[in-house]
Amino acid sequence: MKSLYTWCGILVIVLASVVGDVLLARAMKQVGDVHDVWRRSGLWTVIGRTLGNSNFFLGVTAMAVAFFSLLFSLSWGDVSLVAPAAASLTFIGNAFAAKIFLHEKVDRRRWIAAMLVAAGVALLAG
Amino acid sequence: MTLRKYLVLAGVTVFAAAGDSMLSHGMKQTGNISLHHLQGVIFAVLNPWVAVGIVLLLAFFASYMNALSWADLTYVLPATSLGYVLLALVARFVLHEQVSPLRWLGIALISGGVGFVAGGPALTSHAPHENVEAGETVVSAVASGVDR
Repeated sequence: MKSLYTWCGILVIVLASVVGDVLLARAMKQVGDVHDVWRRSGLWTVIGRTLGNSNFFLGVTAMAVAFFSLLFSLSWGDVSLVAPAAASLTFIGNAFAAKIFLHEKVDRRRWIAAMLVAAGVALLAG
Repeated sequence: MTLRKYLVLAGVTVFAAAGDSMLSHGMKQTGNISLHHLQGVIFAVLNPWVAVGIVLLLAFFASYMNALSWADLTYVLPATSLGYVLLALVARFVLHEQVSPLRWLGIALISGGVGFVAGGPALTSHAPHENVEAGETVVSAVASGVDR
């Protein structure tokens, strides 16, 4: 039962993280290169544009869901299982989501990288 | 890629690793949180390790947002994974803990993965006309043109 809870927790963390990452990435692309905007219009413009972006707001909400799911799951399961399993699966999920929703060119190089990193993160748990 | 951008990616890596480890250390002291005792979350946040962990994760978030404003999600994410490598190296060389061969293999895989991504362009999502090889050169040229 405890391990079912743990894996449900991991699933919620992964889903929420992927949704959050995609929304935040989209929001920051809409804001524009932070350094350029900062130099041209000042820090307050960067902050205002970021906080006023609805994708940013939704992304942060999804990240908050992921964060509290992580807190709960860490209290149920081993940190050595929960953190790497969630991180590892999030890398794979993000590669798919970035390709589909952000139209990033996830070429062979990036797929291999996502797989290697996911496998490596999983092994570090062992 | 400029020095500033590498520093932002380094910030993403270091703040995530330090924040996560402080959070997990703090949560072990706090103990279990259950759905029936949600006030446990407030006590958890009052734990100094958890509090410092949250501050570090806020710093991570700022660097992460900065990086996402000029690079792809699939480019930035592997940078965060270098944090695990950092933690394992700290465990081995600072804390003198035993790092098993499987963990060294994990470190090698992550480093390899990061190397794969780092060799490519940082931004591809705004370059619709491209094929694999030529496209990367064009996008890199555009990206380095943006650099100052």
